Amino acid sequence: MVKWGRVILFLVIVGLLGTLITTTTTRVADEITLGLDLQGGFEILYVVEPLESNQQVDIELLKATARMVEKRINIGGVAEPVIETELPNRLRVKIASQEADQDKLRELIGKPAVLTFRDEQGNILLRGSDLAPGGAGVGFDELRRPVVTLKISDPKKLEQVSRENLHKHMAIYLDENMMTNPVIQNVITGGSAQISGDYTQESAQELADLLNSGAMPAKLVEKQVTSVGASLGKLALEKTINAGYVGAALIFVFMLLVYRLPGLVANIMLATFTYVSIVVLHWMDATLTLPGIAGFILSVGMAVDANIITYERIQEEIRSGKTILSAFRAGERRSLITILDGHITTLIATGVLFYFGTSSIQGFAVVLAMTLIVGLLTNVLGSRLLLGLLVRANLIRKPSWFGVKESDIGEL
Amino acid sequence: MSSKRQHDDIVKFDIVKNRRKFYAFSIVILLVGLVCTLIMGLNLGVDFKAGTRLDIYIGKDFQVSDIDAIIKETIPNTMYTPVTPYGEQQVQTRFDHTIPADQLAALEAALKAKYGPQVSKQEATVDPSIAKELVKKAAIAVAVAGIGIVIYIAFRFQFLFGIACIIGLVHDVFIPIALFSVFRLEVDLTFIAAILTIVGYSINDTIVIFDRIRENLRTMKSKTVEDLEHLVNVSLWQTMRRSIFTVGTVFLTAVAIAILGSEGIRTFSLALIFGLVSGTYSSIFVSAQFWVTLKKREMAKKKRLAPAPTEG
Repeated sequence: MVKWGRVILFLVIVGLLGTLITTTTTRVADEITLGLDLQGGFEILYVVEPLESNQQVDIELLKATARMVEKRINIGGVAEPVIETELPNRLRVKIASQEADQDKLRELIGKPAVLTFRDEQGNILLRGSDLAPGGAGVGFDELRRPVVTLKISDPKKLEQVSRENLHKHMAIYLDENMMTNPVIQNVITGGSAQISGDYTQESAQELADLLNSGAMPAKLVEKQVTSVGASLGKLALEKTINAGYVGAALIFVFMLLVYRLPGLVANIMLATFTYVSIVVLHWMDATLTLPGIAGFILSVGMAVDANIITYERIQEEIRSGKTILSAFRAGERRSLITILDGHITTLIATGVLFYFGTSSIQGFAVVLAMTLIVGLLTNVLGSRLLLGLLVRANLIRKPSWFGVKESDIGEL
Repeated sequence: MSSKRQHDDIVKFDIVKNRRKFYAFSIVILLVGLVCTLIMGLNLGVDFKAGTRLDIYIGKDFQVSDIDAIIKETIPNTMYTPVTPYGEQQVQTRFDHTIPADQLAALEAALKAKYGPQVSKQEATVDPSIAKELVKKAAIAVAVAGIGIVIYIAFRFQFLFGIACIIGLVHDVFIPIALFSVFRLEVDLTFIAAILTIVGYSINDTIVIFDRIRENLRTMKSKTVEDLEHLVNVSLWQTMRRSIFTVGTVFLTAVAIAILGSEGIRTFSLALIFGLVSGTYSSIFVSAQFWVTLKKREMAKKKRLAPAPTEG
């Protein structure tokens, strides 16, 4: 006798999953942060070197440098850069953005920028530290041309310097690069000065921002650069996702052909697995990178393996002459230990990868570990629950529904 | 009918009896790979050798010689690998040392001037000091992962299974390395990720088989060496469909990614394909067989020891 209550419960669960997946997947998927290899951007590993030989590179200096780098990236108009400090002396800067002008940003970040005001003989008159906090700005002269305005924290000092160098050049240097070389027109009292020159609104703002950000407390040397142009990133994403679709389609067909009804259950749970993985990725606020997608596709393989191990075992039990229900029970029980052993060893590998790996491999490890656990829930527990409902409803009575030929069944 | 005949029909081919042939096959491949690696070395990518790798998306038809000329002009006096076109209107090249950002920007600008604004570049630059560190880290990661997994298996199963597993593991790490050396494929960071994935996957494969052997040890007679060999044969054939199907589905996906996926993970998927085949092969024809060899020696030792007390 067929127990329809269980069949209906099965259909309700499948219906709910289907509705959930079809209505929300696109929205969730769109909100996932893509790594720089998928949307363009760059990652640079800097080694922080002291400016002067007596300076120590310590965590404080690293943090101060990181803050300065962030400030400068903001000057470049990019939101949410990721800046990680790595002891003893490294800074990793990640910017995933389609719009950012990478070359300009790199130049901006790398500028060590010791700000100095020098006289014509090259003697230092004022330093970046003499500038009032946030003291540089953009103004306009009487002809509406953009000028850079300066406010010096000690007006007396500026007054003295300007008196001594009247009608002479006072150059502003960022390190050994002369930014501008204005002539002091008159003695400046009150601490406010302005630099006129051939500025556009943007270039004036940029100089003002640079002056404000002042000196980088240390020197940054590029050691490792990964940079991806926006269109190449997009191409990589599209290609890989399409490859994923093809791979998934092949697996779906295979499971249906070989395992019939259990194969259908496996396919439903594989779709659920993909959906839950995307949702968890979104919760974790993780960044999806190409290696991450690879790890994900691999865990799809492991999830399929879990189903294959179970169904092979059930088929074996049916062939040995057991009833469908007891074959199902025995097969599920005996395959579980094997599946757990396999998953735990892979989890050990991901743990090691995460601990020893560098950033892109860590991404791979995190995605793989997460999807392995999700896979255990959906493709072991979930598949079991759904298939169990069908079996216990007495709906499946023929071994052929499990892909087993009657003639293969032996005597018990 | 003896218990030995009980499962005879599923053993379609005596794998255990022929194990020396499989050992020989693996050893030949490993030796060829080893010789090749020693003579030619590995084709190390910038992740491990320092330098700058450049991928350029041109977005329209182009002549390789034109690109070559532009590189020579904007980045003079530099050694680089021949400019190779691939995929849809892309080229790739690699410089032996790190190229400063402004030169790369100049190159991009020159290409944009010639081919239009859709030109986009992908750059990977690694300094020698970092490259060295990455190699060290990668080697440590593989070793530690291996040890961790073997400890787990020795703990869950028996020590002999653990040893047999190490053999399979070493096999599966070296086969892709050997093949990458033979085919001159570039070894980069994703290759390491692939190797570790293979290790996890191949051990997963081995565990399913060992699990079945362990289960059959409880129910089937295994007093003599013949019993043992039969038991392993039966276990292998009982799990054969699963082994083939599992590797088959992952293989299909890996091939799909290798053919259709982006260049960035091509190395990964190729290493995965080599490793999958090697991993399944080693689980059935190397690890399980090695366990038989070890178990046989253990049984022989016990037999030699056993009569001793009765003599006394």
